[in-house]
Amino acid sequence: MADHHPTGIKRWLFTTNHKDIGSMYLWFSFIMFLIGGAMAMVIRAELYQPGLQFVDPNFFNQMTTMHGLIMVFGAVMPSMVGLANWLIPMQIGAPDMALPRMNNWSFWILPFAFTLLLLSLFMEGGAPNFGWTFYAPLSTTYGPPSTDFFILGVHMMGISSIMGAINVIVTVFNMRAPGMTLMKMPLFVWTWVITAFLLIMVMPVLAGVVTMMLTDRHFGTSFFDAAGGGDPVLFQHIFWFFGHPEVYIMILPAFGVASEIIPAFARKKLFGYASMVYATASIALLSFIVWAHHMFTVGMPVAGELFFMIATMLIAVPTGVKVFNWVATMWKGSMTFETPMLFAIAFVILFTIGGFSGVMLAMAPVDFQYHDTYFVVAHFHYVLFPGAIFGTTAAVYYWLPKWTGKMYNEKMGKIHFWWSMIAVNLTFFPMHFSGLAGMPRRIPDYNMMFAEFNQLASIGAFALGLSQLFFLYIVIQTIRSGKKSEDKPWDGATGLEWEQLPCPAPYHTFDTPPKVK
Amino acid sequence: MTERAPQDKNKQLVLRLLGIVGGMFIFGFALVPLYDVFCEITGINGKTRGQAIYQKETVNKDRLVTISFITNVNRGMPWEFKPMKTSMKVHPGELSEIRFYAKNRSSQNIIGQSVPSVSPGEGALYLNKTECFCFDQQTLLAGEEVEMPMKFYIDADLPEDISHLTLSYQLFNVTEAVQSATGAAK
Repeated sequence: MADHHPTGIKRWLFTTNHKDIGSMYLWFSFIMFLIGGAMAMVIRAELYQPGLQFVDPNFFNQMTTMHGLIMVFGAVMPSMVGLANWLIPMQIGAPDMALPRMNNWSFWILPFAFTLLLLSLFMEGGAPNFGWTFYAPLSTTYGPPSTDFFILGVHMMGISSIMGAINVIVTVFNMRAPGMTLMKMPLFVWTWVITAFLLIMVMPVLAGVVTMMLTDRHFGTSFFDAAGGGDPVLFQHIFWFFGHPEVYIMILPAFGVASEIIPAFARKKLFGYASMVYATASIALLSFIVWAHHMFTVGMPVAGELFFMIATMLIAVPTGVKVFNWVATMWKGSMTFETPMLFAIAFVILFTIGGFSGVMLAMAPVDFQYHDTYFVVAHFHYVLFPGAIFGTTAAVYYWLPKWTGKMYNEKMGKIHFWWSMIAVNLTFFPMHFSGLAGMPRRIPDYNMMFAEFNQLASIGAFALGLSQLFFLYIVIQTIRSGKKSEDKPWDGATGLEWEQLPCPAPYHTFDTPPKVK
Repeated sequence: MTERAPQDKNKQLVLRLLGIVGGMFIFGFALVPLYDVFCEITGINGKTRGQAIYQKETVNKDRLVTISFITNVNRGMPWEFKPMKTSMKVHPGELSEIRFYAKNRSSQNIIGQSVPSVSPGEGALYLNKTECFCFDQQTLLAGEEVEMPMKFYIDADLPEDISHLTLSYQLFNVTEAVQSATGAAK
């Protein structure tokens, strides 16, 4: 019975196997990543020169909006759920996820949600054009008709995320192998449990806010309409109450990945395991009380600005603990620099740069200058691209032998790394400068003085886009004709999936629970 | 002690987690009234309170506060709407009156609703209105013009660092909303 499963399309439609579902999540997120990336290429092509070249401003706005939505909800979040599906059962010694049928459902909602969202590009009035933050009244009074499809899409993918999160929590709480105590769990599992709690806390709030938008648009309520006694600023409060924990939802699993890979290639135990767990939990808790730092300029009293400023800066403490622990893990380790390690180290360095610009943005008095400029764009792309995306990329290289039984081509992996590393900095670093000089975000045209910075960023962006196609080629080449991997290709790797399972991992694993030392 | 079946354990945990999900969905909506209450207590969003009653306040003759008036007419509202004076100087505690001029320039009867906002926001708590057209909606017949009074006094406790208040009115066309609401009521 070892590897028996239905074949053809039915295998994928009806599967309840965590490995199949994990693969589908990862492929889906990669397709979304390419679509969102193509939109970024349109944006960067338009911004290559000042003036209007290729697209009209309304379409430009649709591109920035859809790029954000697709990348956040379609690429980063599903890729993390894909990793969770593949890894969590193997890492805690469980045969599968606790709720396999729901797992299948939570994946299959996604293609429909995003088809709906993408179809809005072809509707009359065009796709949503109000930015991925969909502030009222832009999205209520002034939103295009397709906004309703966007609302339904958000509801569907929200349900999918909530089901995925519930599945992770139940699996980790109820299905750990005997002896796998909470404080023995790999950090990837820990960061994912905390992420899952964030998800079930804030995705319902997102569902609430889009529901209010819907009733404001069609059923005569005035949640965000000042004429009827509502308040558009209230929208921003509710949105960012979801939105700030959301950014940690996207980055915490990547923290977990780095905490797995760095010890493996430094051939040392992770420095400060317990402090890593507590730091992750405190970041998650703090994320609930800092949301208004996204809205310093709406006209808050000084006391409010001070509170949100200080609370935000407080997050730098647990984050600093984590960065310190990663560096201390590498300290005096016997390091080797295979592709996953390169991506993990770049993650630590570049994420820290993004963290620093975050601390700058957290200062209320100076935020008035940075607000809605390219400095903000530079900041969140530094934490998302070399943060979340490099984290996922590192994970793919690291676990690809476990998933496929084949080894990727190390030379091509290294080329991919250096290519992305140079391109990502060329794309996003100049945005710090154009932002500080006052270039506003989400505008298709700009002053002549920003021309050089934008040209550099556009060239970098095209190179970065190409490097991702190269990544796709590497993965496909590995699956088709990669060299057979040893059972333990990384000699410093630890954890049940490396120590007790062969490469590739069989279709069914840990039918009898493993012994945990 | 008997070990519970794993299915029961899962079911119980799933139900609890769904409870959190439901609770947070409700919490999202609860933020709406919470936000209003919070802002009313602290006055931080510049919304003025409802009708105040003037009872012989002590007038602080040593202090003068400038209050400016601005008006904005929202999209789809064919009215002319402006304050008769753009600013005035008042003593805290003194009852003053200002009139606003409105004219319906369209050929239809239109119902308008003005929404006030005070800047700086902290000042909103100290601006008391004893009479204001913003407490009600106004119906102006096609071409009709009116002068609308607003009576107010500034609280004598106005913090020392505030010497200037700006009261802004945004005028909305609520004709359709009112008609569909009364239509639905029938």
